[in-house]
Amino acid sequence: MILVWLILIPFLGGLLCWQAERWGDQAPRWIALGTMLFVLVISVVVWLTDDVSLPVAGGGQWMLEWRAPWIPRFGIEIHLAMDGLSLILVALTGFLGALAVLCSWHEIAHRVGFFHLNLLFILGGVVGVFLALDLFLFFLFWEMMLVPMYFLIALWGHSGSAGQTRIRAATRFFIYTQASGLLMLVSIVALVFVHLSNTGELSFSYDTLRGTDIPDALAPWLMLGFFVAFAVKLPVVPFHGWLPDAHAQAPTAGSVDLAGILLKTAAYGILRFALPLFPEESQAFAPVAMTLGLVGVIYGAVLACGQQDIKRLIAYTSISHMGFVLIALYSGSELAIQGAIVLMVAHALSSAGLFILSGQLYERIHTRDMRMMGGLWGRIPVLPGFTVCFVAASLGMPATANFVGEFMILFGTFPGAPVVVVIASAGLVLAAIYSLLLMQRVHFGSEYRPGPLAGPDVREYGMLLVLLVLTLVVGLYPQPLLDTTAAVAAPVSQLFTDSADLAARAGEVN
Amino acid sequence: MLTLANLIALLPLIVVGTTAVVIMLGVAWQRNHGLTAVLSAAGLVLALICVPVAATALSSPPLMIMDDLAVMGSVLVLLCALVTVALSHHYLTGYIGPREEFYLLLMCAVTGALGLVASNHLATLFISLELLSMPLYGMLAYSFRAERSLEAGIKYLILSAAATAFLLFGMALIYARTGRLDLASLAGLATSFDVWTLAGAVLMLVGLGFKLSIIPFHLWTPDVYQGGPAPATIFLATVSKLAVFVLLLRLVMVAPVFDSNWLRTLVTVLALLTMLGGNLLALFQSNLKRLLGYSSIAHFGYLMVAIVVGGTLAVETVGVYLITYLVTTLAAFGVVTQLSSPFRGEDAAGLHHYRGLFWRRPWLAAVMTVSFLSLAGIPLTAGFIGKFYVLALGVSESRWWLVGGIVAGSAIGLFYYLRVMVTLYLPEPGMRRRDATNDWGSRIGGLTLLVVAVLILVLGVYPTPMIDWVAGLSTLPR
Repeated sequence: MILVWLILIPFLGGLLCWQAERWGDQAPRWIALGTMLFVLVISVVVWLTDDVSLPVAGGGQWMLEWRAPWIPRFGIEIHLAMDGLSLILVALTGFLGALAVLCSWHEIAHRVGFFHLNLLFILGGVVGVFLALDLFLFFLFWEMMLVPMYFLIALWGHSGSAGQTRIRAATRFFIYTQASGLLMLVSIVALVFVHLSNTGELSFSYDTLRGTDIPDALAPWLMLGFFVAFAVKLPVVPFHGWLPDAHAQAPTAGSVDLAGILLKTAAYGILRFALPLFPEESQAFAPVAMTLGLVGVIYGAVLACGQQDIKRLIAYTSISHMGFVLIALYSGSELAIQGAIVLMVAHALSSAGLFILSGQLYERIHTRDMRMMGGLWGRIPVLPGFTVCFVAASLGMPATANFVGEFMILFGTFPGAPVVVVIASAGLVLAAIYSLLLMQRVHFGSEYRPGPLAGPDVREYGMLLVLLVLTLVVGLYPQPLLDTTAAVAAPVSQLFTDSADLAARAGEVN
Repeated sequence: MLTLANLIALLPLIVVGTTAVVIMLGVAWQRNHGLTAVLSAAGLVLALICVPVAATALSSPPLMIMDDLAVMGSVLVLLCALVTVALSHHYLTGYIGPREEFYLLLMCAVTGALGLVASNHLATLFISLELLSMPLYGMLAYSFRAERSLEAGIKYLILSAAATAFLLFGMALIYARTGRLDLASLAGLATSFDVWTLAGAVLMLVGLGFKLSIIPFHLWTPDVYQGGPAPATIFLATVSKLAVFVLLLRLVMVAPVFDSNWLRTLVTVLALLTMLGGNLLALFQSNLKRLLGYSSIAHFGYLMVAIVVGGTLAVETVGVYLITYLVTTLAAFGVVTQLSSPFRGEDAAGLHHYRGLFWRRPWLAAVMTVSFLSLAGIPLTAGFIGKFYVLALGVSESRWWLVGGIVAGSAIGLFYYLRVMVTLYLPEPGMRRRDATNDWGSRIGGLTLLVVAVLILVLGVYPTPMIDWVAGLSTLPR
């Protein structure tokens, strides 16, 4: 039942925020903050009380499970389950959700209640994505979080020029994700009907469909349907068109959610659904996926170097980092997959930090254009120091969580795909370049405009400090995180070795 | 000879027809707008109550059949007509001319629709279709002092007449080959067809395609949708299309001539054209009623998948999709009606009328948002269940072209649905626009609208009762 509440709490909180607007602007903010902290506390309590590092044996994969029939006509259930990976990501959602509320405390001044309704609906949808095990339910949450995100960008976004661009960015975001999502729905339905014709059982359950024997001609297409949906959201390079615009136009809270959590739903989807449902096809597809990841690493980094808009720059670095995650997920090595999970968490923290910083800069100097910054080091206290720290995290400096993640990814992938690792390492060099460019243009150089600016208040200081501490803690002592997710990474890499064995044996027989 | 059992099977039809007569007499005796509306609603409710009774009748009357498909069609027709009546009342209070005749026309058209969903013979098919269409000309041109309304009525009249000609010609060809007009004997036709039978089938398809505004027979749709008074447009978009589609489904299911491979390919192409064309044409519309017209074209394109595929699941899909389409369309047009009520010349359908609606009429805007989300097929709304059904149907029969068309059409469709939706939330412009009256929420039309909107959400979240009901009625027509 606790799983149901994890999903329901943000939705109920959102409705409450909407109605609370009549008691003043502060009420929705406090309610939203309380709601997200509640989600965070619940997941931390679950983490502390349940033993997550239990070995996977038979049906004991899930720490918590809840199911109830929903649409029996198609064998659709409300089936929620939690393992270490979902737990980490739900906790992350709660944490970043609270940060998103905090960082828009002063930024959002009008229609506060409706804003928080949308914000909390996004977070509720994301929690649903991380917990849903029924494929229909998963798709439902996957699509559902788009609508509030659309409103968030379209209504509270920064109107770049002429006021039309944020709606354009929001529309593009929506169409990209929704259309690719429909492809996934087609794949899901096709998978279900293949299973129906094999066994006569109509079911959308993850456990039931996992062993489906799909005809060889159909299987790669179904796998692609899933992959494209996740690739758009991750984003993988040919499908990344929506991301920079969406980030650039979104309010700070939207950017934090997008980079911190929404992109992670895609990686989660690959890990939870695309790989286990189609192990052999994924194995065959791995070289392509890794190449795409590689392209993403380099392309994102190179384009980040050339950006003038600080939020676009951070958006392109996200593409680069998610390229690493993609490489790791398809490498099939347990170490690399664990590295990918660490990098997901690390990237959520560091990119949230950078977006919050750029939001705070915007509140002070009312621009995101780096040509109109410069020399801020002497003008603002404290913030430049934080920027250095998060930039260092973003470029993968040792002692930060990002370093652990990237190191594990490269180390784990090397035995299987040395060439990929060698080229991807070049991405690290580029990461250093764009990070230093960011520092140089914003905080050093000649002052664009003289005069001191206000330093961070307690709220801003606190948000950044907590993010920084978490980055360092995960960077210095990642073991608890690795223990929690070990039970998830092992079976996925097992899938790869199994199907490799199968393929080898088939080769011998032939 | 008609027996008592036959009459029982015809009970809903008789009740509605009687109501029409009573209204006519009432108008002749003394005009009373409110009473007429209540009378029509009462007639429709009574007919609704009679449907289960009619379904249990032992024998069907000659030329008609009261099977599961007809029951489903009748219930939906009556419910939609009921909502139309509820919405019409407030709208017509502002109308200067005679108001009561609108209900008379409406009841006649409902009679036609009820006959159409139950017709089992080409003669009843034709008569019912005309009985449905004729009053619609009057309803569309009801506010004839407005140029556009008159244009809509006349346009629909002429194109509808052309369609009827096609339909009649098709029937004549089939009759020339077989010498029979009842659907049962059409079912008995051999499975190899000559050119004349095929030509007849295609011509009938063209005639019905006009009514359903299948591309390339859609040209009338946007103008008629835009010009007709809002309640008439609602009726056209829901009852008329629904009845014709049920009939088309029956034809395809029963008569093997519609099942030939060649014709199937033709319908597939038409379906693809319709779903893509409808969405593309809607992209840059700035009049909401036109936009909804194009959107309805696209939706019937999706529904055509069921015609291509056939089988029990197809009947179920049609049922579910029609229900979701109907509630969605009723809600969307209902908001337009509320904003245009009471009648003051041309309807408030320009997109600029809706700018910032959320900040002055939050509930109406919420209804509009829900209905547009449903039109776009976003989860947790009824529209998603419908879209899921159509996709499942296409996938289960491996019709990948159609599945691709649905995906592409939905992606294109999102663009304009989102455009309308975000308009509702934009800052309100300074000048005063047309607006709903302050008491809209406490009037019967407003309450009905809220019920319909809640229904969209309920069907989206918990569709099991609807699915069970439709699945129970989804036996193939005999």
